Amino acid sequence: MTDLLHLEGICVQFGGLKAVDDVTIRVPRGERRAIIGPNGAGKTTLFNAITGMVRATSGRVMFDGRDVTRMPVHARAAIGMSRTFQITNLFPNLTVAENMRLALRGLSPRKFSLLGGGSLTAEEHARADKALGVSRLHARRDVVVKEMSYGEQRQLELAMALVAQPKLLLLDEPAAGLSPSERVIVSDIIRALPRDLTLVLIEHDMDLVLSLVDYVTCLNNGKMLVEAPPAEIRTNTLVQDVYLGKARHHA
Amino acid sequence: MSTSSSAPASSTPARDGLGKVALIAIAVGVLAFAVLPLLVPTYQVSILTEILIFAVLAMAVDILAGYTGRTPLCHGAIFGVATYVVVYWSQQGGAPVTGLLLGVAAATLVGAIFGLLAIRTSGVYFLLLTLALGMIVWGVCLRWTSVTGGENGLRGSVRPEMLAGHMPFYYAVFAVVGLITFIMWRFVRSPFGLTLRGIRDSESRMRALGYNVSLHLFLAFTISGFFAGLAGALYAMFNDFVSPSTVALSQSVEGLLMAITGGIGTLFGAFIGAAAIIGLENFVSQYTERWPTVLGLMFILIMIFAPQGVIGRVRDLVRRR
Ligand SMILES: Nc1ncnc2c1ncn2[C@@H]1O[C@H](COP(=O)(O)OP(=O)(O)OP(=O)(O)O)[C@@H](O)[C@H]1O
Ligand SMILES: [Mg+2]
Repeated sequence: MTDLLHLEGICVQFGGLKAVDDVTIRVPRGERRAIIGPNGAGKTTLFNAITGMVRATSGRVMFDGRDVTRMPVHARAAIGMSRTFQITNLFPNLTVAENMRLALRGLSPRKFSLLGGGSLTAEEHARADKALGVSRLHARRDVVVKEMSYGEQRQLELAMALVAQPKLLLLDEPAAGLSPSERVIVSDIIRALPRDLTLVLIEHDMDLVLSLVDYVTCLNNGKMLVEAPPAEIRTNTLVQDVYLGKARHHA
Repeated sequence: MSTSSSAPASSTPARDGLGKVALIAIAVGVLAFAVLPLLVPTYQVSILTEILIFAVLAMAVDILAGYTGRTPLCHGAIFGVATYVVVYWSQQGGAPVTGLLLGVAAATLVGAIFGLLAIRTSGVYFLLLTLALGMIVWGVCLRWTSVTGGENGLRGSVRPEMLAGHMPFYYAVFAVVGLITFIMWRFVRSPFGLTLRGIRDSESRMRALGYNVSLHLFLAFTISGFFAGLAGALYAMFNDFVSPSTVALSQSVEGLLMAITGGIGTLFGAFIGAAAIIGLENFVSQYTERWPTVLGLMFILIMIFAPQGVIGRVRDLVRRR
């Protein structure tokens, strides 16, 4: 069992709509995997099934050798899953430092301290500094999140997912809505991640994604279309048919 | 002391300024409550006592409404449960200290039960569910005549001899409320308090970060019930009498309105809100019996014109400078 993540025949049904339809994926430890597909292909829904935000209608989610299909979201986070959101999902009324503190404390019993001070331990401080440094936000600690630019908010999305030191990092379109120069920042951040971290990345931007990952899964209408290394994806006619044409419009 | 700067070393100038303003405001407030009773007639000392007690209720409401983003309409009932238990205990001849402990314990328990039922809802559903739960308490107090005395209520003698006078009692309440306020301030600034503000801003992100949101909401509700119970127990000592109006919806509305008037999510705003509402109530009732109507109108006006409350307003002004 060297697969960190193993999805077995995952289906997610919303009423009459099969958003994810019998998807089986194995992600080995340390691999960087992309999930691509046109709008509405079911990529985000698949992430939601992996993290527990929606229950798979059928199928199994195996993570780190355990069946987590029925585990609640927070328990999956506790055993090493961390994600970012396609639609920015931060704590807008809190500062960057407070956002990071919440991200750090999610897995620490100190979150239950009722009367203690808020300050971080030296170790936590170092981790927060590192994640903010990687995400290029070290100078923005005391800024309230809702006052930051959209690009900076996307960087904070990454920093918060990173600081938890997960086994599996799930990035849902980290560069969505960014300008070309901001995209470069995001791809640099991803490239600078530790090589042994297992990564699953949803992204529309082909050029960005194919330069970052080891292996690509393409979904269409909730179904698995193709799985192949990046070089073959570029030339795959199925992918070109359903995806590349639309992606050009999208970008 | 109430700067909201998070990194000790490098807070921005705007926040330092806010800190100074807040410190001065707190000092002025404490001084006012310390000196005022010496300057006003006896009747008004009891109004001041009431303001301090209800400020604790409003702060308890603020823990949920302001810090957790869940607006409750049952805190008058939780408050009143403590009052009922304390007065009942003293009427049965029990020791006051035991009665106070039992009262707070009962309120905390009611808070925990309400919490279990209400935490899965949010927004207007939370408001309505807590309203209904509060109404149940009111119904029980009204109908369970053999214990609660029904509409006639219960009279006890909770206040010890030593605190019988207006002045000594006021200063005892002043000290206790000061201590409670300090503890609540530590609570909202603790890691757990930050967790609650995280839940207010994004529950889904909190879950993804590993927080058991339901558990935290349950604890917040229970703790908030505990503080409402402290206020209710103090009120039992103040009033030596309790009737269904103490657990009525209007009490919950008043607590919430005080929190909103002072500024939701500001904790100390509760004192401004309590002073404004109780002051107005005493003023209005000299002229008319229709206090509930006035209260309702106040609620609407505040929600329209100053939803961020007095402290929220001032804070915005200071920030903008
Ligand atoms: N909670 C939900 N309830 C009902 N339908 C949903 C829900 N979430 C997603 N869907 C539907 O499921 C389908 C897949 O949506 P999903 O968000 O997973 O697509 P996606 O591949 O992430 O698309 P995009 O590239 O636009 O982000 C869509 O048709 C969407 O409308
Ligand atoms: Mg999506």
